[in-house]
Amino acid sequence: MRDAFVRALTELAGEDPRVLLVNGDLGFGVLTDFIERFPGNYVNAGVAEQNMTAIACGAALTGARSYTYSIGNFPTLRCLEQLRNDVCYHHADVTVVAVGGGFSYGQLGMSHFATEDLAILRALPDMTVVAPSDPWQAYALARQLHARGGPAYLRIDKSRAGLPEGHVILGEARQVRDGDDAVIFATGGILGEAVAAADTLAAEGAAVRVIDVHTIKPLDAAAICDAARICGHVVTLEEHNIVGGLGAAVAEACLDGGVALRSFQRLGLADCFPDIVGDQAWLRARYGMDRAAVLAALRAVL
Amino acid sequence: MKIEPIAPPDTVDLALRLRRHVVRMCSRGGSSHVGSCLSMADIIAVLYGDTLRVDPTDSSWAGRDRFILSKGHAGACVYAALAERGFFPLADLDHHYANGSNLSGHVSHKGVAGVELSTGSLGHGLGIGAGMAFQLRRMGGDQRVYVVLSDGECDEGSNWEAILFAAHHRLGNLCAVVDYNKLQSIAPVAETIALEPFADKWRAFGWAVERIDGHDHQALKVALARSGQADRPTCIIADTIKGRGVSFMENQVLWHYRSPQGEEFAAAMRELGVEARDA
Repeated sequence: MRDAFVRALTELAGEDPRVLLVNGDLGFGVLTDFIERFPGNYVNAGVAEQNMTAIACGAALTGARSYTYSIGNFPTLRCLEQLRNDVCYHHADVTVVAVGGGFSYGQLGMSHFATEDLAILRALPDMTVVAPSDPWQAYALARQLHARGGPAYLRIDKSRAGLPEGHVILGEARQVRDGDDAVIFATGGILGEAVAAADTLAAEGAAVRVIDVHTIKPLDAAAICDAARICGHVVTLEEHNIVGGLGAAVAEACLDGGVALRSFQRLGLADCFPDIVGDQAWLRARYGMDRAAVLAALRAVL
Repeated sequence: MKIEPIAPPDTVDLALRLRRHVVRMCSRGGSSHVGSCLSMADIIAVLYGDTLRVDPTDSSWAGRDRFILSKGHAGACVYAALAERGFFPLADLDHHYANGSNLSGHVSHKGVAGVELSTGSLGHGLGIGAGMAFQLRRMGGDQRVYVVLSDGECDEGSNWEAILFAAHHRLGNLCAVVDYNKLQSIAPVAETIALEPFADKWRAFGWAVERIDGHDHQALKVALARSGQADRPTCIIADTIKGRGVSFMENQVLWHYRSPQGEEFAAAMRELGVEARDA
């Protein structure tokens, strides 16, 4: 996903000289091609995320189309007030790119788990929040975000759902499995766990709909309400705290839309900080957000 | 009575008018920070009366110099300068702090022609200014960026990130002016988080540094003009007096908060050459 984003950004720099990538001193080897081809569209702000965001914002207010790039919580939580006061309040054309969403850096420890970012960024007025599920989608959504302009947050994680390349439209939830017995809403690469669970249940005769909510904000509330109304049983899946993220957004949409649900289950991190490490798949299993957890949640209600 | 340094009358007169406006605005609005406004009135008057290339009829003119008030709590003084320069009617100043007004206590760009950046949380302006200067140079423009900071604001680490960045990229088109009145929120700077040796710090970070009397218009003009010739960013450390121009507000932390009302308002305006009944 990360390489797909960088490929999109490299193309965009070739097409649009206003592109400015403000790096937070990361991306060894990953950004080399971009830096060599577009040195005038690149600056490394060093290990200083507040200033990285400020430089990107000041440049954007002066005609640049800015991107900030870092990992985990560094380009979001570390400089949250710069995002709120400077980027969002001024409607500055800044797209924040964080690689390492969720447990991507699962062995590195709590500092590197990005598990509250969706909730916090979603609460910022004027901020678009996107979490692609596959590399092809990261590429397509990066290009669509550029066409739309910032403020935006692009959350890239190391996993991939593994779905075939298809059509994706920024702001439109995407159905990837059909069914009326229950619906799973998922965001990011963890979508693959939802699909695996749905496919297992399909073999057992249950038709579970799966919807890829790659755009958390603005939320496609109409599509979410339609699916929830038809299916009745709702499961949300996110590599993120269950507080404030996708599950909360879906719950808000359903309540706002007057959708009466038969059941509602949020799968994700249960409002805690993991104090152990492991790879992404292991941590998903340990914290109840893998395919087995999805299966258990659905079997409890179907 | 201190004799004003020699300076063209326009900016001196403008500074006096700014002082009258801010005392009036802070009185009418019941708002704080009159001392912070008076402290930098000369800096703002020289910037808006002499230095800045701006067009009041076209506040988004691409060729303009950029001005950022990073010490956003002194926004009343910038609103007054913009109104004096004709960005919007002077009568609008009456709405400062009022219900439904755009003229917030901390400077805001929303609905206010001529304000580049809304601030209020300290430590934001210099990094944004560096980003603007970086982008202006990328585009080959000769526009300059000026950022006014408070001394207490220099406690914010984000400033020092920006100071490193601007020096590394030799942003000669960036000029920071520190309104060094030596009083921060609740106590003197020296007793809070000492900044001295202040000029040495900026110099060690790679900036050109000028230390001047921040109420001396000629010195301000010379320093600001010289900043335009530097091949690196310039910091003008402007020694000022908080509350300058109203004797009983000078060097008093109280006037970071207190709003001049009644006889205090009348006395302040009298010192600024206006009888209360005309204020």
